[in-house]
Amino acid sequence: MTDYNAMEIMISVAARELENGATVGVGTGAPCAAAMLAQKTSAPDLVIMFEAGGISPNLPEMPISVGDSRTFYKAAMAGSMNDIMEACSRGFVDYTFLGGAQIDMYGNLNSTVIGNHANPKVRFPGSGGANDFASFCWRMMVMTPQDSRRFVEKLDFLTTPGWLQGGDSRANSGLPLDSGPYKIITNMAIMDFEPVSKRMRVISIHPGYSAKDVQDNCSFELLQAAAIAQTMPPTAEELRLLREEIDPYRYVIGR
Amino acid sequence: MNIIDQGQGELFLDPDPDKARAFFRTKNRKLVNKVMDLKEAVAKFVQDGDYLAIGGFGANRTPIAACHEIVRQKKKNLGFAGHTSTHDMEILSAGEVYNRIDVAYIIGLEARGLSTCSRRYMESGKVKVTEWTNYSLAARLRAAAMGVPFVPTRNVMGTDTIKYSAAKTVECPFTGKKVVLMPALYPDVSVIHVHEADIFGNARFKGIAVADVDLANASKKLIITTEKLITSDEIRRDPSSTRIPYFLVDAVCEVPFGAYPGNMPYEYFSDEAHLREWLSVEKDAEKFKAFLDKNIYGCNNHEEYIARNGGAEKMRELRAKELLLSKEVSS
Repeated sequence: MTDYNAMEIMISVAARELENGATVGVGTGAPCAAAMLAQKTSAPDLVIMFEAGGISPNLPEMPISVGDSRTFYKAAMAGSMNDIMEACSRGFVDYTFLGGAQIDMYGNLNSTVIGNHANPKVRFPGSGGANDFASFCWRMMVMTPQDSRRFVEKLDFLTTPGWLQGGDSRANSGLPLDSGPYKIITNMAIMDFEPVSKRMRVISIHPGYSAKDVQDNCSFELLQAAAIAQTMPPTAEELRLLREEIDPYRYVIGR
Repeated sequence: MNIIDQGQGELFLDPDPDKARAFFRTKNRKLVNKVMDLKEAVAKFVQDGDYLAIGGFGANRTPIAACHEIVRQKKKNLGFAGHTSTHDMEILSAGEVYNRIDVAYIIGLEARGLSTCSRRYMESGKVKVTEWTNYSLAARLRAAAMGVPFVPTRNVMGTDTIKYSAAKTVECPFTGKKVVLMPALYPDVSVIHVHEADIFGNARFKGIAVADVDLANASKKLIITTEKLITSDEIRRDPSSTRIPYFLVDAVCEVPFGAYPGNMPYEYFSDEAHLREWLSVEKDAEKFKAFLDKNIYGCNNHEEYIARNGGAEKMRELRAKELLLSKEVSS
């Protein structure tokens, strides 16, 4: 078995979700690494967009900020935040990757506060572009380490919409139709959402983990797909690209 | 229009376009020389209590020199547009110059981590907070730039983000769908850093615009800091490069390396070691005070700050990094 760490399998699995010719709105860190890996493997024509305005750059290295020079290096266009967000709003952007301090069974995310809003125990950055991407992009994915403090029954603050309260609640909310959470990729498993209840459902478990491990590291009850796959671990080529070309200084994969 | 839902957050600024028009009517349209020292511009145009917006994107093409000057002059009770604010917010939080904030992105410095200083100030109870998102604030600036009281968007519905905002959800009179109305945001004063400007304020910058064109149009008072002054002839030889026309501008300040330690596209990359130093010294109150004395309060201007952090040699290094010179290969 090839040796890899949690971040490397999350990024490799995420990259495989991005088909050639798709558009993806990404942030810095793991999402950007996944998009770069997809470009170097199965999706050379993947269109990467950064919320500050960079469209389809030829990334020379991992950006530090979603607005730094690298995000529009040899790009198709150096646009504006409204260029990106309006493209998302018009339905031009297929995927986005997000994260957060907390996630619930409907894929809603909290990146605003722990405790109450008026007098928070911990203040986080807030939505940034996360709510916008999750509202507009057709398929929202989350890459996050799995533990029961992060996968919670109830969010302290619902910053970014997943399937809201499940069922038809998102369709009735006013958010663009047919957009929503698609897959949740953790260090242990891949989850999707059961189509009617919109509850999180385990569809694939990574090598070395059991269904019990996955449930034990989640505070709400996970649904189980009829047939649960075993995740294909990162290939030697994926690991080589990640370690040598995409993240040689291990900014992301060294976390 | 039937209001379906509305946020309980405070709206810090009046979105009334007629009041904004009445103000803009008074702005001087004459071609006058607006060049002044940054110290003078901040003293003249940033008043205690003003609502301030900072251009660029956190630590990218951000007027850092102006943020230092605002802190150095001990401005207080400002409102602040926390739109993609990172290192700019860190500086303004160190000076505790604002007491109310529209939040889109705050506290973090993206991949670099979170600022202890910004977080401590935000958790101190001294700051009134209304929640938004990056697009929501960009849309609010767009509404102001259009001279209308709001623009409709389709984000935030169903979340606590709208609950703690000051947006309203209504039924669209054309389609019957729900839309969110984002109220126009007319900042009292903004600062935008550019590559080149003439003495009248015609300004051009390269790379991504973020929300700066709308911000320039929306702002009541506008300070431009520029890497360099160029002639008006040069502006008029290539008018399609002008991103901000002169009549929006109140002051033009020539500040070479004005975005340092942030990134200025095509000129210099961010000084990551120095930004890490900021994040690390913030954790120790005494060290942080000494650090601020050295880098802000004890400096007369941005040149002195740069001189204390590596000077011309450091700028050469950051330029090489920006241009990826190490990746150039000979044939």
